[in-house]
Amino acid sequence: MPSFFIWMSSIALCCVLSATTMAATVKVGVVLTYSGGGAEFGQQIDRGMSLYLKHHAEAFGGHEIELIKRDSKRPGGDIAKTAVQELITRDKVDLLTGFIFSPNAIASASLATQGKTPMVIMNAGTAWIPNLSPYIVRVSFTMWQSGYPMGAYAKEKLGCETAAVGYTDYPPGKDSLEAFQTGFEKAGGKVTDTVPIGGPREVPDFTPFFQRIKDAKPNCLYVFVPAGNHATAVVKTYTDLAMAQAGIRLIGPGDITQDTKLQDMGDAAVGLTTMHHYSADYDSPENQAFVKAWKDAYGADSTPDFMGVAGWDGMAAIAHVVKTLDGKVEAEAAMNALKGWTFNSPRGPIQIDPETRDIVQDEHVHQVVKEGGRLKIKVLETIPQVKDPCKALKIGRCAP
Amino acid sequence: MWNALISIVFDGLAYAMILFIISVGLSVTMGLMGFVNLAHGVFAMAGGYLVVSLMSHVGVGFLPALAVAAVGVALASVLLEHVFYAPLYKATELDQVLLSIGLVLMATAAFTYGFGPAPVSIRPPEFLSGQIDLGFRRFPTYRCFMIAMGLLMAAALWLGFERTLIGAKVRAAVDNRRMAESIGVNVDRLFKLVFALGSGLAALGGGLAVDIWGLSPNFAIQYLVLVLIVVAVGGLGSIKGTFIAALVLGVMDNGGKYLWPEGGAFFIYAVTVAILLIRPDGLFGKGSG
Repeated sequence: MPSFFIWMSSIALCCVLSATTMAATVKVGVVLTYSGGGAEFGQQIDRGMSLYLKHHAEAFGGHEIELIKRDSKRPGGDIAKTAVQELITRDKVDLLTGFIFSPNAIASASLATQGKTPMVIMNAGTAWIPNLSPYIVRVSFTMWQSGYPMGAYAKEKLGCETAAVGYTDYPPGKDSLEAFQTGFEKAGGKVTDTVPIGGPREVPDFTPFFQRIKDAKPNCLYVFVPAGNHATAVVKTYTDLAMAQAGIRLIGPGDITQDTKLQDMGDAAVGLTTMHHYSADYDSPENQAFVKAWKDAYGADSTPDFMGVAGWDGMAAIAHVVKTLDGKVEAEAAMNALKGWTFNSPRGPIQIDPETRDIVQDEHVHQVVKEGGRLKIKVLETIPQVKDPCKALKIGRCAP
Repeated sequence: MWNALISIVFDGLAYAMILFIISVGLSVTMGLMGFVNLAHGVFAMAGGYLVVSLMSHVGVGFLPALAVAAVGVALASVLLEHVFYAPLYKATELDQVLLSIGLVLMATAAFTYGFGPAPVSIRPPEFLSGQIDLGFRRFPTYRCFMIAMGLLMAAALWLGFERTLIGAKVRAAVDNRRMAESIGVNVDRLFKLVFALGSGLAALGGGLAVDIWGLSPNFAIQYLVLVLIVVAVGGLGSIKGTFIAALVLGVMDNGGKYLWPEGGAFFIYAVTVAILLIRPDGLFGKGSG
C-alpha cells in the first residue's frame, strides 16, 4: 500500500511540475490569399513565415507555434472578415497575421478591436490602416513611405515638371496617388492627370488608359498597381505603346519592379526608377543569408521579394511577442512589447514606431539595370529611417 | 483631338476583334440549337492554355500554336458535345444553364490544378512585337495583327455562310429548324459541325487574347458577361450582328476608358441597356427582323 501512495503522489507531482514548465502553444491565425489572382503573394508571405520558423525556432522562447491558415481569396474584404471572425471566435487564436490586400485588413480591423486580438499586418499598405484598431502593428510598408519621397525625387532629381498618375482604383491606389501628388506638388511639380486604371482583382487591358496619358505627353508617369501580374502588364503596355520613346518616364513604388516579376519583364524594364524598401539584390550580409536560405528551401529559380521579407519579419515580430510574454499573449501587453521593437531585417534595420505602431525603415531609389544577362536592381540613393509621412503630416484619415 | 479619336478607334477595333472571334461561335450555336452554353468561354480558355503550353514547353512558334489550338479544341469539343450537351438539347433552359455553368466551375478548378492560379503570359514572336509606322503615326504591331486576323475571320465566315451550301443550310436551320429538317437537312449533324467550328474559333480568340487580356483559370467566368453581352446585342445566330455588336461595344468600351476613366466599365453596360431597350432581340436578332 505505501508503495501505491508513493507511486500515485509521484504521478501527481510530475503533473504539477510539467504544468508549470510546459511550453505553451500559441495559436496564430494566418489570413492570406492562397488562391485566385493573388495566390503568388500568399505563397511569398507563407514561405517567408515558414523560413523564419524553420531557422529561428529558438526565438519563440521554447513555445510552440500553431499556424491556422485561412484563404482570403480575393481583395474584397468580405471573405477575410469571415475568416477572421471564425479564427477569433471558434479557433480562439492568440494573434492574427497576414493580410495582403488593404481591403482585407480594413474589413478585419474592427474584429481585432472587439476580440482584443493583436494583428500583425504583413502587407496591406494603405497608410491609415493602423489607426483603425489599437491592436494593429504593421511590419510591411505604407504607400506614403514610397510615394511621398518619390514625388520630391521625381521633381528634383529626374527633372519631371509634369506628371500623370495611374492608379488601381482601391484604397492603396488612392493612397499612393495622394502621397505622390503631395510630395510632387510640394517640390514644385504639377500633376496634370489622375487616371484610375481598373481594379485589383483582375489585370485589365491598360491600353486605353495609357494611350490617354501618352497623348497628353507628361514628363513622368507615376503608376501604382498591386505587385505581380498587374505590374508585368504595366511595363508591357508602356513598352508596346512606345511611351519611353515619346519621352514619358515610368516611375512608381517598388511594386512595378518586384523581384519575382523582374526577369519576365525583359529589357523593357531597364531604366525603370522606383522607390522601395526591399530588393533581393541588396548585398548586405543579412540579405545574402536570407536569399541563400530561401533558394535552398524553395529552389534556385525562386526569389524572395518584399512580401517574402514581410513574412519573415512578421514572424520575427510574433516571436518577440511570444518570448517577451512567455507564451501568454494578451493584446495590450503584446502592443507594448512591439512598440519600439527593432529588428535587423534582410531589408535593413527596421523599427515599430511607438506612436503609430507602424514600421520605420530605409527607403531606396531603385533603378533596373542589366548585368551579365540578368536584370538587377541598383540602389541609387537611400533615405534612412522613413516614418510614415501621411501620419506625420496628419493628412485625411491618417490624422489620429 | 484627332489623336484621341484615332487611339480610341484603333484600340477599340483590336479589342472588338477578340470579342468577335470568341463570341461568334456562341451566337451561332445559341441561335441554331437554342442551347444556353455558358461554358463557351472554357473553349477560349483551353485554346489560350494550349497556345501557352505549346510555346513554352514544346517550343512551337506562335502561329502554328494558334492553329493547333484551334483545331485541337474544335476536335475535343465534338466529344464534349456528344457526351454532355446532346442529352440536354430537349431539356429546359435551367438544366442547360446548370450543366454549362457546372462545366465552367469544373474547368476553372481543373486549370487551376494543372497550371496554377496565377496568370500566365507569352512573348509574341519578334515580328509581332514593337510598332508599325503607318506614315502619320505608329501603331503596336500585335494589335494590327489582331485586327487583320479578326477581319480575315469575319470575311471567311461571311463567305462560308452566305456563299456555300452548308452555310445556306445553317441559315435555314437558324431561321426555321422544323422546316429545314422537313426538307431533309440533318440539323443535328450540322449542329455538331457548327459547334466544333465555334469552339475552334473561340480557342483561336483565346490564344490571340493572351497577350492583351492575360490568361488565368478565371478566364471563362471573367469574360462570360462580356461575351454574352456581345451575343445578346448582336442578336442570336447572326454573324453580322455579332460583328457589329463587337465593334460597337469594343470601341465604346475603349472610348469610355480613354475619355472618362473614372466611369470604369459603365459605358459598355449603358450602351447595352440602350440597345436592348430599343431592340430587345439584339441588332440583328430574328425577332426584330
